[in-house]
Order: sequence, then C-alpha cells, then structure tokens
Amino acid sequence: MPIDEKERLQARIRRIGAGDVVLVRPGVTSESLTSHIAGVILQPNVPLFWLTMFGIGIIALCMFVIAVAILLDVGIGELGTNIPVGWAFPIANYVWWIEIAVGGSLLSSILHLTNQKWRNSINRIAEAVTLAGIMCASLYPVLHLGRAWIFYWTLPYPNTLTIQPNFRSPLIWDVFGIFTYAAASVLFWYLDMIPDLAAVRDRAENRIAYLIFGVLALGWQGSSKQWRMQEKGSLLLAGILTPLVFTVHTVVSFDFAIALVPGWHSTIFPPYFVDGAILAGISMVSMITIALRSAFSFENIITDQHLNNLGKIILTTSVFLFYIYCFDSFTNWYGGNPYEQYTDRFRVFGNYAWVFWTFVAFGIAAPQLLWWKRNRTDPRALFVISLLVVIGMWEERYMLMVVSLSHDFMPSAWANFAATAEDNALLYGSCGLFLAMVFLLVRLFPMVPLHSVRQLLPHAQNGGAIE
Amino acid sequence: MSELITIGENPVEASRRRFLELMGASIALATGAGCTRPPTEFVMPYVTPPEQAIPGVARYYATAAVTNGIAEGVIAETHLGRPTKIEGNPRHPASLGATSVLSQASILDLYDPFRAKEVTKNNETASWDQFTVELHAALEPIRKANGRGLSLLTETVVSPTLGWQLQRVLEQFPEARWHQYDPAGPHSSRKGSLNAFGRYVNTYYRLDQANVMLSLDSDFFTYGPASTRYAHDYAFGRKVRGSNTQMNRLYVAESTLTSTGGKADHRLQLKYSDIGRFGVELAAAIGVPGVAAVSSPRFERIIGPLSQDLLANRGRSAILVGENQPPALHALVHAMNAALGNAGHAVAYTEALETRPENQIESLKTLVAEMNAGTVKILLIINGNPAYNAPNDLGFSDALARVQTSIHFGLYHDETSQHTVWSLPASHFYESWSDARAFDGTVTILQPLIERLYDSRSEVELLDLLVEMPNRASRTIVRSYWQQQAGAYDFETWWRKAVGEGMIPASSLPESQPALQPIDVGSLLASDSGIELTFRANPYLYDGRYAGNAWLQELPRHITKLTWDNAIHVSARTAERHGLRHQQIARIKVGTQYVEGAVWLSPGQPDDSIMVEFGYGRSRAGPIGTGIGFDAYRIRTTTGLWHVPNIEVSNTGATYPLATTQMNKSQHGRDLVVSQPITTYQRDPRFAQKAHPQPSYNDTLYPHWEYPHYNWGMAIDLTACVNCQACVIACQAENNIPVVGKQQVLFNRWMHWLRVDVYYEGDWSEPSARFAPIPCMHCENAPCEVVCPVQATVHSSDGLNEMIYNRCVGTRFCSNNCPYKVRRFNFLLYADWFTDQLKMQRNPDVTVRSRGVIEKCTYCVQRIREAEIRAQMENRKIQANEVKTACQQVCPTAAIVFGNINDSASEVSRMKAEPLNYGMLTELNTRPHTTYLAELRNPNPAITNYAD
Repeated sequence: MPIDEKERLQARIRRIGAGDVVLVRPGVTSESLTSHIAGVILQPNVPLFWLTMFGIGIIALCMFVIAVAILLDVGIGELGTNIPVGWAFPIANYVWWIEIAVGGSLLSSILHLTNQKWRNSINRIAEAVTLAGIMCASLYPVLHLGRAWIFYWTLPYPNTLTIQPNFRSPLIWDVFGIFTYAAASVLFWYLDMIPDLAAVRDRAENRIAYLIFGVLALGWQGSSKQWRMQEKGSLLLAGILTPLVFTVHTVVSFDFAIALVPGWHSTIFPPYFVDGAILAGISMVSMITIALRSAFSFENIITDQHLNNLGKIILTTSVFLFYIYCFDSFTNWYGGNPYEQYTDRFRVFGNYAWVFWTFVAFGIAAPQLLWWKRNRTDPRALFVISLLVVIGMWEERYMLMVVSLSHDFMPSAWANFAATAEDNALLYGSCGLFLAMVFLLVRLFPMVPLHSVRQLLPHAQNGGAIE
Repeated sequence: MSELITIGENPVEASRRRFLELMGASIALATGAGCTRPPTEFVMPYVTPPEQAIPGVARYYATAAVTNGIAEGVIAETHLGRPTKIEGNPRHPASLGATSVLSQASILDLYDPFRAKEVTKNNETASWDQFTVELHAALEPIRKANGRGLSLLTETVVSPTLGWQLQRVLEQFPEARWHQYDPAGPHSSRKGSLNAFGRYVNTYYRLDQANVMLSLDSDFFTYGPASTRYAHDYAFGRKVRGSNTQMNRLYVAESTLTSTGGKADHRLQLKYSDIGRFGVELAAAIGVPGVAAVSSPRFERIIGPLSQDLLANRGRSAILVGENQPPALHALVHAMNAALGNAGHAVAYTEALETRPENQIESLKTLVAEMNAGTVKILLIINGNPAYNAPNDLGFSDALARVQTSIHFGLYHDETSQHTVWSLPASHFYESWSDARAFDGTVTILQPLIERLYDSRSEVELLDLLVEMPNRASRTIVRSYWQQQAGAYDFETWWRKAVGEGMIPASSLPESQPALQPIDVGSLLASDSGIELTFRANPYLYDGRYAGNAWLQELPRHITKLTWDNAIHVSARTAERHGLRHQQIARIKVGTQYVEGAVWLSPGQPDDSIMVEFGYGRSRAGPIGTGIGFDAYRIRTTTGLWHVPNIEVSNTGATYPLATTQMNKSQHGRDLVVSQPITTYQRDPRFAQKAHPQPSYNDTLYPHWEYPHYNWGMAIDLTACVNCQACVIACQAENNIPVVGKQQVLFNRWMHWLRVDVYYEGDWSEPSARFAPIPCMHCENAPCEVVCPVQATVHSSDGLNEMIYNRCVGTRFCSNNCPYKVRRFNFLLYADWFTDQLKMQRNPDVTVRSRGVIEKCTYCVQRIREAEIRAQMENRKIQANEVKTACQQVCPTAAIVFGNINDSASEVSRMKAEPLNYGMLTELNTRPHTTYLAELRNPNPAITNYAD
C-alpha cells in the first residue's frame, strides 16, 4: 500500500475519532519514543517490578520443571486423569493457552489488515503473549501422552515402518495447525521487529549488545527499499495469519467436535472456540498491557483509548459466547438427543455445576461491566475484569473436559475427576513459564513497535502539526 | 480328553526339531566355536527333553480346583510345565466346561509369591527333617499313651484318601482326637438334615428339572460347590429361542441383594429373621404335614400365587435354602420339597460327602476345652486358620498358647502359625497328588501340574508322616488308596483313564430317599424388632483364605462393585434413622465386642438389617491381604454364627473411602440393558431392536468394511447372565491383566477388559437388578479407530478392532471417544515385571503391557490366531464353533457366545438372528460386533405388581 494512501486512511480515522481518539499523547516525539523504548532494553538496572514478575515466573517455572520430571519418570498416573475422564487438566491447559495466544495474532493480523492503527503500540506486547502462549500450549499435547518420548510418531516423517499418522484423526490436524500457527507467529513477530532491533543496535553502548542486536537486525539500514519490503512482508504474513486465527481454533475445536462425546459433538464448536479464544486472548493482552504500561510508564503511548478498544473486544466476544451457549442448549433441546440433553443438565446442575457457574460469573457476567466506558478506560477495572475472564475461560475448558467426559453414554462408566498436586503444579508451573517468557521478551526486545508508533506521531501525519 | 491332549502335536513336531537345529547352529556361529569343539558351555537344551513339550504349544491336564474340600473339575493349560490358565472340565458334573470364580483365581494362589516357603519353628527357619525328627520324638510318649494328647484339627475332609489316612492315624493312635472346623461351611445344612432325617445327608439340586424355583436366602449362583452347575441348569431352563417361549421361574426371598435375587422373577426382600416365618407360612400353604396354618397379611400377596405355582409344578420345582439360615429352616425346606414331591427329581439326596460329618462348632468347642485343660500335647492344625476365624467367644488363640507342640500346616504363614510352634508350608493342590469329591460325590484325582515351587508337602504327605516311616510321595499314597478301591483287574489302565479324564467314572454317590422325621418349626416364628446383624462369607475371599489373591481382591463384588474392602451394608432408611453415613466408619457392637467398618448404603438391603462379610481385617495375609477392611469374626460367636438380633450400631464420624468400579447404578432411562417380561416378547419379539434403532449403513463418510473370510463377533444372552463374574477373572488370567490396587481403583483406573454392569431397577429400596457383561464391542464404525493419531488401533480384515500396544503413544482419545468405555489405560506401570513367580503365570501368547498404553478386549485374538494357524496347517477353514474366548469358555450359563458371523452354521450367527438380538447404543451407528439378546423375565401373572 503506498504511503500516501496510508496517510489518507489514517487521517480519516483521526477525523472519525474527533479528538476523542488519542493513541499517542502530546509531547511524544520520535526521539523520546525511541530512547524510552530502547532504554528499557539497554539500561543495566532492571526495574523492581520486572524483577518481581520475572522472579515469580522463574520460581513457578522451576516447579513446572520438577513436575514434568516426575511426570515423565513415574507416569501420567501422577495426574488425576482417569477412565472415563481421559483428558483433564493438561488438555484444558492446552486449549486455554492456545486461546490466550490468539490475542496477539488477532492484533497483528486482522487489525493490521483492517488498518486499525491503535493496535500499533500494543502490538509487540500482544505478540509476546502469543509466543509465550504457544510455547506453553505446545507442551501439553506432548506431556499428557502416556509415552511422551515418542510424541514424534504423530508427525509424518519417513520411517522404516512405512507407517504414517492417521490423517483421519483431528489430533493430527492439530499437530499441523499448531506448527503452522507457531511458525507464522514467530515470523511475523520477528519481521515486524527488524527496524526496532536496528534502532536498539544504533543506540547500544556496549559491544555485545551491539553485536547481538546487529545480527538480529539483519543489516537493516532503513532504506526505503527495505521499508517497502518489510511492509510488504508484514502485510503478507498478516494475510497468512488472519485465516490461521480462525483455522487454528477451528482445528482445536475439532479435537472435540469430531468426537461423539455428548457436550463435544457439535457443529457450533469452531466459531465457539474462535470466539472464546479471542475473549481469553484479548483479556490476557489487556492484563499484560496494563501491567507493563504502569510499570514502564507507557501511558503516553498506550493510552486509555487502547484500553477502551480492548474492552470493547472483550465485551463483544463475551456476549457472543453467551449467545453460543444459549444456542447450543437450544439445539440440544430441540434436537431431542437424550445424551446431549443430559450433559446440558449435568453441566448446569450436576457435580461440576460450580465450575459452570464460575465460568458464567467470570467469563460472561463480569465482562458485562464493560458496557460502561468508565470501566473500559479504568486500567484497574479492566485488569480485574480481564483476570476474571482469563480464570473463567480456564474453568470453561475444565468444564468442557470433565463434565462431558465424566458422564457420557454408559451410566455404568460414569466417574468423577479429582485433580492432584501434579495437575496443579503443571498448571501453575506453566503460568510461571508464561510470565517468565513474556517478561523476558519485553526485556530483551523492544516492547513497543517503534516504527509503527512513529507513524502515529503527529509529524508523520499532518506535516508535523501538533494536535 | 484325548482330543485336547493331542491338539497340534504332530504337525509341529517337525518344525520343533528344525527349530532346535537352527538354535544350535546359530549359537555355534555366534560363539565362533562351532568348528573346533561343541559349544556345550553355552547351549542349554533339555538334557532329556520332556516328551511332547513343544515351546509355544500349550498342553492340557485334567485335575480339580478344591474349595472347602469339594472339587470342581478343571483342565489346566500348561506351557512348558507352567500351568497358566484354568478351564472347566466339560465332563465333570460341577463344571460342564465352565468354572467358578474361585477356580479361575486358584492359579494365582499357586504362584503367590507370599506363600509359606519354608518350615519355621518359633518363627525361625527350620527344615522338614528337623520337624520329622522332633515330631516323632514328641509322638513317642503319646504312642505309648494310645494316642492320648494328640489332636488333629482339619477343615472339612471330603477327600477319600485323606479320610482313609485319618482313619489310619486314629487306628494307630486310638485315643487321638480329630476335629474339623470350617468357619463358613455348611453348619446349618448338616444340622438341618440331622433334624429332618435323623442323619447326615448330602442335598443337591437338579435345577434343569425344575420349572419353579424358590430360594430362601440362598445365593446359589455364588456360593456352594455346585454354584457353577446350578447357574448352568437355571439358565438352560429359560433360553427363549424363536417360538420356544418356555421359561422356568425363580422366586427369591433374601436378606440382602444378591445376584440370585437380582435375577429373580420375583424378589422378596425380608429381614433374615422374617425369612423363617415366610417359610413356615409357605409350608402351611402347600400343606406340609405337621405345620399348623399360620398366615400374616405381610406375605398374603405372594404366598397364595407362589404356593399355587409350586403346587402346580409338583415334582418339577425346587426350594433352596441358604447356608446362613438356621437348621430349622433347612429341615422345613426338606419337608417342603418332600411335600411337593421334588425329592428324587429336582432335589437329590445322597450319603454325606464328608468322611465324618459332625457338628463342627461342637467339635471345635471340645477341642478348645481340651486345650485349655492342658490335655492336648500335640495339636496339628492342617489347613485352616482358626486363630483368625474361630468364633470369638472360644478364645482359640489363648488356648493355643497352652499346647506344648502346636503345629500349623498351611499355604501361608498366617495368624494361626504366628501362635504355633511349628509352621509348615503346604503344597498347593496344583502341586501335588490328591483327590476330592464334587457336590454329587464324583471323585477327581488331582494331579500336579508343576514341580513344587517351594519345599512344601501336601496334606496326604503330612498325614503319612504320622503313620509311616519313611514317608512316601503323594502319588504313591493316592495310588495305593485307589489301588485298594478300584478293584479293577488292570489298575494302570484304570488309573490312567481316571486321572486323564479328570474324574473316576460313575463315582458319584448313589441317591437315596431318606425318611422324614417330624420337624419343629416353632423357632422360626420368632421375629425381632431391633436391628439385626447377618454375616456372609465374602463371595471371593470366602472365609478370608483368599485374602492374598489380588485378582479376587480387585474383582468387584457382585452388586456393590466394591473392591479391596468389606463394608457394613445398610439400607438408606436404616442409615438415616441411626445416623450412619455412606463411606463413614460405623461401630457395630455385639455384647462386649465391637468392630468398626465403613458403611455402604446398599439398595436391596432390608430395613433394620445390617450385613457384613467375613474375610477381611486379616493381620497376616501378606502385603495384599493384610490390614484392609475389618474383621467380622471379632463379633461372631458360637451362638450367633450367621445372625445376631438386637445389635447396637453407631456412627464414629470418620470417613473412609471405599473403592468401587461402578459409581452409578441407574440407567437414567437409557435402557441399555433391555429387559422385559416374556409376555412382551410374545406380543412383539423385536422390542429390543425397536428400542435401539440401527441407522442406515450409508450414514458414514467412510467406506464399508468387507470381511471376505471371517467376521468375528459375539452375542451375549442377558437372560442367561447371572453376574457370577467368572468371565472377568478368566479374562484377567488369559490376557495378563494387571491389578492396580485400591488407590488406583479409587482413581477409577482398574484394568479389567471385561466388566459386568449392574443397574438397579424399580424402587431402589426394594430393587430388582440388571446385569450386562461389557467387553469391547469391536464396532465396525469404531469411534476409537478414527481418532487415534498414530494408527495404534485399527480394523482387521476379520472384523476385529485391534490394539497395537507398541504403536500406542497414549493420547487416550480412543477411550474418550468410546461410547462403551471399554478401553483401559496403563496410567502407571501396573504389570508386575519383576516378580518371578508371577511371570510364570503369564500367558505367553499375550503381551505384558507397559506403562502409557491403552489396552482392551481383543476377543482373545491369540486364540483366534492359534486356530487360524491350526486350520492353515490342516488346510481347512476354522470350524463354526472352534474358537472360544476365555470369557465364553468359563461362562457357566453359555451366555457369551463367540464365533464367525459369516458362517451361518455358527452359534453366534444363530444368536444374532434371534429377534431378541440388539446392539447397545446402535443409534450412534457404531455397528457393534458384540450384541446382546435382551433379557426376558417370567413373572407370575397372578402377582400383579411386577415391578417393571
């Protein structure tokens, strides 16, 4: 897209905003922005907040490592998983993390394509969330295996047995889905970051930082040719990522929808999963954004307007989720399938009713507070609501596993599930992994995309006139 | 038996030689020594190979499994000298090719690594030689005193050889005493027959000749030496096929819900103390002489139609009575059967099976008195565990301390051997020669299946030690006894035939028609108003002797599906009234003694009636059996053997989790186990298929399977299934299925490939029950196959859903997607890979699974493949009913039928063509290869409120 075209579009957005839309506060210049962002990376003294969060993450991560070692040594009998509940915590965690990952992808792809400029300043944070989320998510399908050390048998590789994976199995689709998604996300994150890496390189005061960022910047000079290629590449990757946002969650939902378990076997699952993913993902992005914004004083580039927009997405998707639940129940009632109907009743009134109602309270009711703009722009309110949503969405995944599996077709096989210490260690441990990853990423790499935020600066718009 | 013994012998002969040659050659090459000298150091062939021992080909030997001294004829499958699996002996009257649970599980007892392995004196290692020398030294003064001071305590002796030996001991030691005690033996039967006939007789039933059966608290499908046969005869009297709608009818009055009661066409739930009254009222109604007419409004509804039904089937009915019921009721039942003309038809009488029937409680009392008086110098306890299971008021353990030379001989170092000076390891009955009688007197000569695992002796050898010097081997003793008895001109031929066939022909005891004496029913009319306590032997651990058998510990109890524990069974109403809570510990007080155990709310338990089982609370039963459950013997006295009125019960408030394999026993209206009265069948034979419609063949995205040669399938007749669960244990033994322990059962990770589902029907305070064995359904459109990412479960060209353990990565998606939930997962390393004895039991044809893989019913694929190979070598097809799965083979009622659906001559095709045939959850279009024949019941139309 030619630059002038872009500017025209941006001007239009600003007009629509009519003074209300403040994506960059006054006083921010190209220079101050760069020193602010690069400073976070290059300064030797790390802020206490960062240390605290990273420390918590590392401690939890240690617990995770120990838990994984026990799991591999003793066996997955350490988990609470049983027959009939063959999938419980690990798969719930997996779906949850992959949902959280989508927040970043949504911002970098769809909002990129639709030219939502407000996304620029929080894009990188969102992508850190994506990368960390994918990393956490991708561990579970391996860890939950009875024989994790041969997980690669699910990959189509040439082998002497001449056996290929079963392409009818949604788990195989999932393998492809996750790998594709992870690859595209990493590429996008990196490609978008190259100019910023160069900016950091240029400001590096010691040789090691200079070398590292120099290599990572791939010789970026900021020539217009490079800019054009980078823009094109980003756009192209955004185009690839956009369908992936939908397909990866569609494929994840197939892990369930393809099975005939009541509570899983439903055609509404793909949109349901995509919507749930956006809800959880954007909530996590909000939380991290709000935290970093206050920790690194980014109020001038991550404004209330960003929070407002994130809040709107959370609100919309939660309402849609409510609709999906209503519609699914209606279909089950109208369809007259006694097994599905039983599962619906069991979900709402059965042994695990508390899980369902927690989900409803946290995942659907709490976001309704975001109808008020006051709550959307109040970082504390949005943080709390986002946190509730993230917890509620985990409860929902837990419910999806345990409620459906524990009481399916044969009443004689019904049994309840109880989590073990190992289950909890793996869940909270992965939160540690996530925290450590996110904070490592924002520490080591520019956490705000300088080049695209610069485009939001006034001098990049109307000839430098300050608003 | 000859056809069994010669299977596959000749064709393999050539290849075995070839195999050995190749083995020799390859080892010679490998050692590089083949050219210069014979590699004798490295090769370990049989120096003298046993005749006909072919690696990989099983051999079969007839013998018997002995429970309570009474035999069930079995055929043991052995691989290279290791017995691995017990099958029924088709010619044996107690077996007819099937076996009971206990016979199936007996193979594990043989290999139990915690058996007594050595002679101990005062808990220190000794030897048989030392024992022999010291025994004879101790016997010397006693011999001089004509045997005074020598006492023997045995279990019930039925074995002819053992009986003969005991006679000889008593000849040599005329003043020695011989006592018998079996805690859960037929005390009431003995006394009842004494009351009714003035002498001890043996009663058994021919249920195939009964149109109407009434059980008074008799769980005859589960307990007793003929349970396998009774289940068979019952089931074959009610197999409805096509237009044959003849069915027998079973009435059960019982004090706790049992399999027998669950199968009853009419079940009457009564307190133990009311069953006697019910019996008396019924006896009056059918006109038993000497029973005055009594009637109460309680039983009016049923007594009238029931007595009509019985009277209409004179000579074609049978009344059975539970061993736990009082002798007076046993006597009354004899009188009722006589009044109905059943004696000699469905009810048979013979002389007592036992060598010396006696009142064992009195016998034990006398012994304890003598022990306390100090007149017992040598006490030889042969099997049995009286220190654990003698009635508590006798104080057996204390008395034992007063005996100078106490000797315990048994399979285990147990509670009793802890108190005795000597503890002698006994041989398992699969390790030595012996003999035993079946329920009708038929004699089986037991032959050893394996060299003794430890330095043990058999009971006949032990007794021989008392009378003969030097002692002889068990074979010589048993042979010498039968040499006298056989009277055959060619003993060797007789012996070979008797041992080979697993029974001595025509050795059953002759029937007699004992004359009735007047009976007194007065004691039966008393009823009590308080809470009563009833005892039962645990169906699997029996009196506690099998507590070390992990298979039996983990086999779910028939109705409750409890494992690894006994419980205090109460009805919900009684629990509420007395503040008892499910899975909380309650205290039962009898006199000054009490026990504490976990409460289980049992539908089908009468109000104000508490049932507890013996067999638990062992303090010395190896790592498997020690310290689980509670010991009900502590509140058992000589006056309250089976029933204690007016007990106290209270809740302690402590919780105690009980491990069950089936948490939910309501069908939730899903009608998976379809059951209807016969009248429904007469109106609409295809009612079951209508309940489970089959979607069109084309309702799937995937191509149809074609089964060009064989198409294996199974049909299960739910009318015939009596929930004995022998199939579960048979499957476990055949397929090397591990046990997981209580904790893992609590996690719902038990491993049985085949389970028997139980559902309550009707009013849960007085329910009927539905039973359905659930193996893998081997679906054509198998939901598991589609979702496995690595193709570890795939469809075979002969209709099997196959599981490839080596390929399995353990996603468990297949289990999630299995609507029948028949797949089991090795969450941990459940199989014992390290204990040598247990390795010997394993079926060499079946993989021992490792951690992290799914397993499930394979339709005993190893048996199919074996038959395939056999057929191929003989250049033929597998015959119609040639392959039998383990569950099918053991099933006493032939409820499980397996075979080739493509072959219209096969039994399974005929079953599947029945209008009753339906598939579970067929509406999911899984197209199961295991289908069911809906259950039919035959309620008396005159009894209107048939629950269903």
